[in-house]
Amino acid sequence: MTPKRKRKLTLIVLLVLSVGTATALALYAFQQTGSLLYFYRPSQVYAGEAPQGRMFRIGGLVVDGSVKREADGLTVRFELTDNAATIPLVYTGLLPDLFREGQGIVAHGRLGEDGLFRAEEVLAKHDENYMPPEVTESLKAAGNKHPAYVPQGKP
Amino acid sequence: MIRYLLPATVFVVLVVFLAVGLNRDPTRVPSPLIDKPAPTFALPLLKNPDQTLTHRDLQGEVSLINVWASWCGGCYEEHPILVALARSHQVPIYGLNYKDQRAKAMEWLEEYGDPYAAIAFDENGRVAIDWGVYGAPETFVVDRQGIIRYKHIGPLTAEVVQDTILPLVSRLQDG
Amino acid sequence: MIPEIGQFALSIALCLALLQGVMPLAGAQLGRSDWMAVAQPAARGQFLFVVIAFGCLTYAFIVHDFTVLYVWQNSNTALPLHYRISAVWGGHEGSLLLWALVLTAWTFAVTLFSRSLPAEFRARVIAVMGLVSIGMLLFMLATSNPFERVFPAPAEGRDLNPLLQDPGLVVHPPMLYMGYVGMSVAFAFAIAALLGGHLDAAWARWSRPWVTAAWVFLTIGIMLGSWWAYHELGWGGWWFWDPVENASFMPWLVGTALIHSLAVTEKRGAFKNWTVLLAILAFSLSLLGTFLVRSGVLVSVHAFANDPARGIYILMFLTVVVGGSLLLYAWRAPRVGSGGTFEPISRETALLVNNILLVVAAATILLGTLYPLFLDALGLGKISVGPPYFAAVFVPLMLPLVFLIGVGPLARWKQARIGELAYRLRFVLIAAIALGMLVPLTVAGMNTILVAVGITLGAWATISAIVNLAAYVQRAHRPWPRALAGIPRGIYGMTCAHLGIGVFIVGVTLTSAFEVERELRMAPGDATELAGFAFQFHGVRQVEGPNYMARQGRFEVTREGEAVATLRPEKRIYRVQTSPMTDAAIDSSFFRDLYVALGEPLDRGAWGVRLYYKPFVQWLWLGPLMMALGGLLAASDRRYRVTARQHAGLRGDAASVPTSTAPSPGGA
Repeated sequence: MTPKRKRKLTLIVLLVLSVGTATALALYAFQQTGSLLYFYRPSQVYAGEAPQGRMFRIGGLVVDGSVKREADGLTVRFELTDNAATIPLVYTGLLPDLFREGQGIVAHGRLGEDGLFRAEEVLAKHDENYMPPEVTESLKAAGNKHPAYVPQGKP
Repeated sequence: MIRYLLPATVFVVLVVFLAVGLNRDPTRVPSPLIDKPAPTFALPLLKNPDQTLTHRDLQGEVSLINVWASWCGGCYEEHPILVALARSHQVPIYGLNYKDQRAKAMEWLEEYGDPYAAIAFDENGRVAIDWGVYGAPETFVVDRQGIIRYKHIGPLTAEVVQDTILPLVSRLQDG
Repeated sequence: MIPEIGQFALSIALCLALLQGVMPLAGAQLGRSDWMAVAQPAARGQFLFVVIAFGCLTYAFIVHDFTVLYVWQNSNTALPLHYRISAVWGGHEGSLLLWALVLTAWTFAVTLFSRSLPAEFRARVIAVMGLVSIGMLLFMLATSNPFERVFPAPAEGRDLNPLLQDPGLVVHPPMLYMGYVGMSVAFAFAIAALLGGHLDAAWARWSRPWVTAAWVFLTIGIMLGSWWAYHELGWGGWWFWDPVENASFMPWLVGTALIHSLAVTEKRGAFKNWTVLLAILAFSLSLLGTFLVRSGVLVSVHAFANDPARGIYILMFLTVVVGGSLLLYAWRAPRVGSGGTFEPISRETALLVNNILLVVAAATILLGTLYPLFLDALGLGKISVGPPYFAAVFVPLMLPLVFLIGVGPLARWKQARIGELAYRLRFVLIAAIALGMLVPLTVAGMNTILVAVGITLGAWATISAIVNLAAYVQRAHRPWPRALAGIPRGIYGMTCAHLGIGVFIVGVTLTSAFEVERELRMAPGDATELAGFAFQFHGVRQVEGPNYMARQGRFEVTREGEAVATLRPEKRIYRVQTSPMTDAAIDSSFFRDLYVALGEPLDRGAWGVRLYYKPFVQWLWLGPLMMALGGLLAASDRRYRVTARQHAGLRGDAASVPTSTAPSPGGA
């Protein structure tokens, strides 16, 4: 073989190898638990569209007055709604800073046979239009005369 | 030549997807209430607690329902637009005062003007939940039959009113 | 008045950018040196006017000029001065202005340090950068004017997003942008070379220090971002595979590939087409990153406002710049010769494999980042791609790459012998594997394959880097102090960067394997034990910051009765934006961090508390710092400065260039 052909062959072998490996890796990685999380709304979960026992994401509003803390202080039960259906959730751990009743959240976890969603992670959405009135009140008391401006278009 | 065009080809495919993606808002959760009858409710009026506003009051005429509160910054922002719209008498605007205090809400209207035909006082936010409200401000367009036709999340802007809401309102009024 | 000056300055800068983008390019094509001469003054003028604009915006922030919409949105009278200055790039408009400033600064640097380049080539490089600048300035003026006024003037500003009120965020964006935008220099060199039809070793040599410098900034920028996420987000994590993080990581991977492939092109004249393509890709991915962050097509913790008009503009810009250069590539590249030949076992092959691995890694990350977008666009449902995907695809690709760190530098150009390599590296391999077995068995009494593999790789990278340096000393045939002094800085740079990778790998391995996390309820007086440290909670008290109120907890940490640290984590509420923020308290040392974050108040003065013991976590930042230092050493190598003065006699056709008879210095 001439050096040029040899080089070409090396290149082709390497290319095929790398593209093949990459494809295999990506396919394998997509199979990993938690790699691909589908998103369902509470009404879809209610309608039985969401898988049982598999990880997925659910998003909606925390129902007012539904948040209950258990004695250990870390296990929290609450309900999530999209105003068409309501799904009960349970989560053990610290909730994010922006978790509030009436606030939009997204949870990762699994749906049990009992219809209870066991969340492994809870993320609060940075919804820029929403501000809990209690907080605003306490701030106004602290001396902000103007109605506080809500941030928009922030990272 | 062909293999040198490969990067450009891949890029073109990418651009197509990005362009499609641009027109979709990944954060948007479609409202299940559009084209459905407005949820039933009966709430005391803000200014006169003895009277109530109900979903039946919304029937017979095309109207806007604006969710607002005195603690809400976005409401302050959109308020001048609502006042101007009310002055033009094109469509009645009903207010849904959300998780507010009566005195503060009245004071707020005193200071910035009152564009509302009537205001329902939703102290604990229960009705707002039924309406699928994410936060204040939000604005709904309800047709003569009391069916929700459109929902705008966040402060109204002059463009939204001119380009979307008013054309829709006049179509509903004519139809 | 000042904001109007700023806006006017931007408009003038745009005019100058037009001049700078069009005239020299036309001049180079038509051979008119007077047109080409426009490049330098236009570029410098543009830099000056963008500096003025940036100064005006900074001034507006300093004096609380809330008549400027952007200042109102991102500042407040209670905001401390240093955050008022960093707030200049805290929002969309200002960060674009920073982008433009950094771009013109790089262009200015090019005008300063490229005097020895052939006039035509230099004119084209500056012109291409001018064209990029036109796009950015137009974007700013058309859709995102930072100087827009608001009437009537509000009395008080909305304040800077609390997440951004952090020292890390003061320096992270400028560094990252220096890196992102710095890739535009390599891009401009590549386009100029394609336009002129001179892709050769000289071109590679001119590009190298610029690419390395940009890469250094990018490395530091990404590192700072990770450090910021670690101590500001309160989750103790340091990398989340978030779309925005990926957007900065992809250009880094391709930039790393580019640095290595430029070495081959310079030394051996090979891979020319590939190198040019990498230079285009590195900058394209930087632009794509900007698009992803600015357009809101992807949901991310960092994503800015979703504004389709802006998204469409950037997409068009992206299409023109990237599409145009890829077409130019398709048109010109076939004519470029293939350069020196080499055998399957050679340093060229090692570097080629390095390149393929890095680019494939970047491609799989791109796939994972955009996959939700693809599925959504095809109507196949809303999904998100989580960290497990990225870990599963990225780590296996990096294993052979780390192996090559040891082999590549020792392999000879053109043809290497496996026997010789194996002979040189046999002890390194034995030592690395021994350490990999030993550490998990002895140190922590834990025996996991992951730790063994991680330590082996880290040790391999570290020891082989030193062995490789020793090989240079040996080859010099001089007493070692003189030999060391004679080794070019580029070699030291490579050694340092490869050591940094070793340090980083060890850090990642040990942090993820031995970190201990606990979330629990703690009442005042409660104590808990974590990894041999006793944490006692002494309750919270109210404290007041300049623009926030906070509840501050106090934790006394002891080890075997001896005081280790007092940690004071805070739960802050910023007055204006009213969003609660967790401010973790961290006690850092070389071998471990202790990390405490407050969750939420529970009953009777108790709090939900999150505690971490994180061994070797500082190594995650030490490693990249060493890589950056290595890049700095390499970029400052003497031979780049020397050749700059010697007009790179390698170029055959350069009639305008005095021929140089000096041999190419710095042999490595």
